[in-house]
Amino acid sequence: MTIRNLKISALGALTLFASAALAHNYKVGSLSIVHPWSRETAVGQKVGGGFMTIINNGNDEDRLLSGASPVAAEVQLHTMTMDGGIMRMRQVEGGIAVPAKGTLELKPGGYHIMFIGLKRPLKQGERVPVTLRFQHAGKVAVQFAVQPVGSTGPMEASHAGH
Amino acid sequence: MPVTKKPETGSGLARLRGALWIVVGVAALIGLAILYDRARPASDPTSDYASTFGGPFTLTAPDGSTVTEKTLAGKPYAIFFGFTRCPDVCPTSLARMARLRKQLGPDGMKFNIVFVSVDPGHDKPADLGNYVALFGTPILGLTGTDAQIEQIKKGYGVYSAKVPQPGGDYTIDHTASIYLMTAKGAFSGTIDHQESDTVALQKLKLIIA
Repeated sequence: MTIRNLKISALGALTLFASAALAHNYKVGSLSIVHPWSRETAVGQKVGGGFMTIINNGNDEDRLLSGASPVAAEVQLHTMTMDGGIMRMRQVEGGIAVPAKGTLELKPGGYHIMFIGLKRPLKQGERVPVTLRFQHAGKVAVQFAVQPVGSTGPMEASHAGH
Repeated sequence: MPVTKKPETGSGLARLRGALWIVVGVAALIGLAILYDRARPASDPTSDYASTFGGPFTLTAPDGSTVTEKTLAGKPYAIFFGFTRCPDVCPTSLARMARLRKQLGPDGMKFNIVFVSVDPGHDKPADLGNYVALFGTPILGLTGTDAQIEQIKKGYGVYSAKVPQPGGDYTIDHTASIYLMTAKGAFSGTIDHQESDTVALQKLKLIIA
């Protein structure tokens, strides 16, 4: 093994270790929910976005139908599109499909959950409890990690990239 | 011209030739007009577009002071529009501008970052102040009356529209481009979401040079 390879392996091991330490995943039925995260919010800011990856290991499609959280009056499912330079955000009706043997990504610039009517600001470093409800897998309690406002992805992924 | 010398034998042909020459002449004039029109904006940096874009406005800063285009004059600025309840594109753009400023090092403070609310009914000056403070770099958050916001939107060609949500609330569709303005208040270019930080940095260097 060359020194270069050794370095890469060491880096890989470190990355794995960091991911294992920071990532938080949840399982319900055949679904895995990977690193739900949100952004810190300002005082007086009444909404916040939430993001995560949902992996379906099963042979049947499932649907993310809704969410609920003690920190917000409501948790809604939204989508965002850029249309000729104009940002449009819409509430999604009827849930979002998690394809069989597939992945649903909620991420900046696309699908996300919206905390509506935040009862208090979300603070960087805290975890926010959310109950997600799926059509087939049912309910699952997860925690959204609150990251710096400038985050564009889950923290351990951005760390691994540096 | 033989045809004009013998009008009695070729009057039909003469008329046809004359008509054809007129067609050629008109086509040439149209061609010249198109060429002139295309060449003008590229060769003239003080074209109408750059000098009238933006224009006068009157808005309110988080500390309650009045900010106009004259307040901003003398320093280049990056200006864009959004609202504090915007969960995605607004924090992404604000955080990106903060990051680009950092990457410019000492030159990063040679331009202002200006964020204008398109939700004046909800975003009061103090709300804008709390919101922009999250991003860890000086950002001027501006709001105003409905009429004042309409004026600056018109100046910058910004579209925004309230979209009712189930439950009585609303969200706002809006133009997400970042406009780059020179120290003289002339339009220099835009930064959009698809382009890389490298390209965005080059554009910023143009206005602070």
